[in-house]
Amino acid sequence: MKMVIGVVRPEKANDVLEALFRAKIRGVSMSKVQGHGGELQRVETYRGTTVQMGLSEKIRFEIAVSDQYVDDTVKAVSEGGRTGDVGDGKIFVLPLDSVVRVRTGETDDDAVTPVGN
Amino acid sequence: MASGVDVGDTAWMLMATALVVLMTPALGIFYAGLVRSKNSLNTFMMCLAALGVATVSWAVVGYSLAFGDGGGFIGNLDHAFLSGVGFEPREGTAIPQLLFVAFQGSFCILTVALVSGAVVERIRFGPYMVFVALWSTLVYPVMAHWVFGGGFLAEAGTLDFAGGVSVEMASGFSALAAAMLIGVRKDYGRQALLPHNSVLVLLGAGLLWFGWFGFNGGSGIGANDIGVLAFTNTLLAPACTLVGWFVLDLIRGGKVTAVGAATAVIVGCVAITPAAGFISPMWAMALGLIAAAPSYLIIVWLPRTRVDETLDVLGAHGVAGIFGILFIGFFAQADWNGISDGLFYGNAGQLGDQALAVLISPVYAFGVTYLLLRLIGLFAPLRATDKEEAVGMDVIQHGEEAYVSGEGAILLRVAGKQTPAELDSDLESGALPTLAVPPDRKEN
Repeated sequence: MKMVIGVVRPEKANDVLEALFRAKIRGVSMSKVQGHGGELQRVETYRGTTVQMGLSEKIRFEIAVSDQYVDDTVKAVSEGGRTGDVGDGKIFVLPLDSVVRVRTGETDDDAVTPVGN
Repeated sequence: MASGVDVGDTAWMLMATALVVLMTPALGIFYAGLVRSKNSLNTFMMCLAALGVATVSWAVVGYSLAFGDGGGFIGNLDHAFLSGVGFEPREGTAIPQLLFVAFQGSFCILTVALVSGAVVERIRFGPYMVFVALWSTLVYPVMAHWVFGGGFLAEAGTLDFAGGVSVEMASGFSALAAAMLIGVRKDYGRQALLPHNSVLVLLGAGLLWFGWFGFNGGSGIGANDIGVLAFTNTLLAPACTLVGWFVLDLIRGGKVTAVGAATAVIVGCVAITPAAGFISPMWAMALGLIAAAPSYLIIVWLPRTRVDETLDVLGAHGVAGIFGILFIGFFAQADWNGISDGLFYGNAGQLGDQALAVLISPVYAFGVTYLLLRLIGLFAPLRATDKEEAVGMDVIQHGEEAYVSGEGAILLRVAGKQTPAELDSDLESGALPTLAVPPDRKEN
C-alpha cells in the first residue's frame, strides 16, 4: 500500500478529481494549503503597501491506495493537474504501514478499497 | 431658492438621489456574492467603475442627450458640460435642475453597472471601462429620452414611471447581447460555478430594495401623491414576489432557497418600477405575485442554453421590465395616477402604447450594445485568456485579492518608500525570503 500525496493548483483541483474518478480511484481527501515552490511570485499592492506573495494557494490531495492502483493514481493527478507552467505542484508517494476502516475494523488492502469497487 | 422651487420637494429629492446612488455599491455587493471568490473584487469594481466613468459621461453629454429638447429620438447638446443648468427648476418640476441632473444621473450609473452582470469573471477591465463610457452615452440617454425626456414614446403616450424602458429593458437586453458576444466562461457547463458568499447576495438585495424606495419614490420628482403611491407599491410588490418565489421554489425543489429569495426581491422591485406610480396598491400586489413566474422560467431555462448570461440580468431585469410595462396597459387607473386608465378600466389604447415600447426597446438595446462591443473588440481583446480566467480576475486585473490572509507576504514597499535595503538585496540575490506580515492595512 502507498500514500499518494499530490499538491496542485487550486484551479486544477476539479480536473484532478475528474481524472481520479475516471481512473476509478474513489478514496480521496483534499485540503487547502499554502506553499512555496519555484514559481514566480505575485506582487500585490494594498493602499500603497506593495507585497510579494511568497506563498501560493495549493490543493493537497491525499490518496491511500493498494499497490496495483499506485501508477493510475499518480498518472491521474499529474495529468489532471498539469498546465505546463512552473507551479503545477508535486506528487509524493510514501509507503503506508497499515490502514483501518473505522466502520468495520477491516484492515489494510480491504480497508483502502472503497466499497462498491 | 430660485422662484418655482418647492422646499419639500427638493428635500425629498436630495434624499432620494442619495438612496439611488447607494444602489450601485449595493449591486456590487449582490454581484460579488454571486461570483466565485477569485473574481469577487473585479465584479464589485465593475459596479464602482460605473460610478466613476458613467457619472463623467453623464455630466459631459449624457444629461443633455437625454433631457435636452431635441427630437423624438435623442436630445440635443444644449446642456453639454451642464451648461445652462442651475438652481432654477426644470420645466414641469419644482426642484432645481441641478438636483434633477444628479437624480437622473444616478439611474444611468446603476443601469450600466447592471449590464456588467452578464459578462463577469471573464471580461477585461480596460475594454469594459470603454464600454461603460460609450454605453452611458449612446444607449441609456437615448432610451431615457424616449420615455422621460419628451421623446417619441412619451409623445405616443407610453407610461413608464421609473425606467421599465431605459433601465430594465435596456440593461436586460444589453446584457443578453454582451453575453452572446463575449461568450461562455471557460468552465461553463463543465464545472459547478457557485456563488461564493450567499450572505453578501442577501445583503446586496436588501440594500437594493432600500435604495429602490428612492428610485421609485423619487420618480414622482417631488414629495407628492404619485411619489407616495410609488413608494408604498415598492414595499408591496416585491413582498408578493418573494412569496410567489417561495412557492415556485417549493414546487420545483421542495426547499425555499436564499439566493432565489434575493433574486425575487430584485425581480419584484424591477417589475413594479415602470408601474409604481400608475396602479393601485392592490394591483401592485397582484403584479408582484405574478411577476415571479416569467422571470423564474427564464432563469431556470437559460442555463440549459449555451448563452452564459452569468448573473441573470435578462431574467431579473429585461423580462420583469417587460412584464411591468405591459401590466400598466391592463391595470393603470386614472383614479390613482390622474393620467390614464388601462384596458381593464376601459382604455384599450393604453395597452397598445405599452406594447410599442416592448417592441422597440429590446431591439435598440440589443443592437447598439452588440455593435459597441464589436467596435471595442477591434482595438483590444475583450476577454481574458483561459489561463487568466483560471487564476481569477482579481489577481490578473487588479493585483489584489478579496480574502487575503497576509501569511507569507513579503513587504516590498510602503507608500512608495523602500523597506530596509538588505531585504531587497536578499530578494534579488535569490536568498530564501523571510516571511513577513504586511503592516496594519488601516494605516496609510
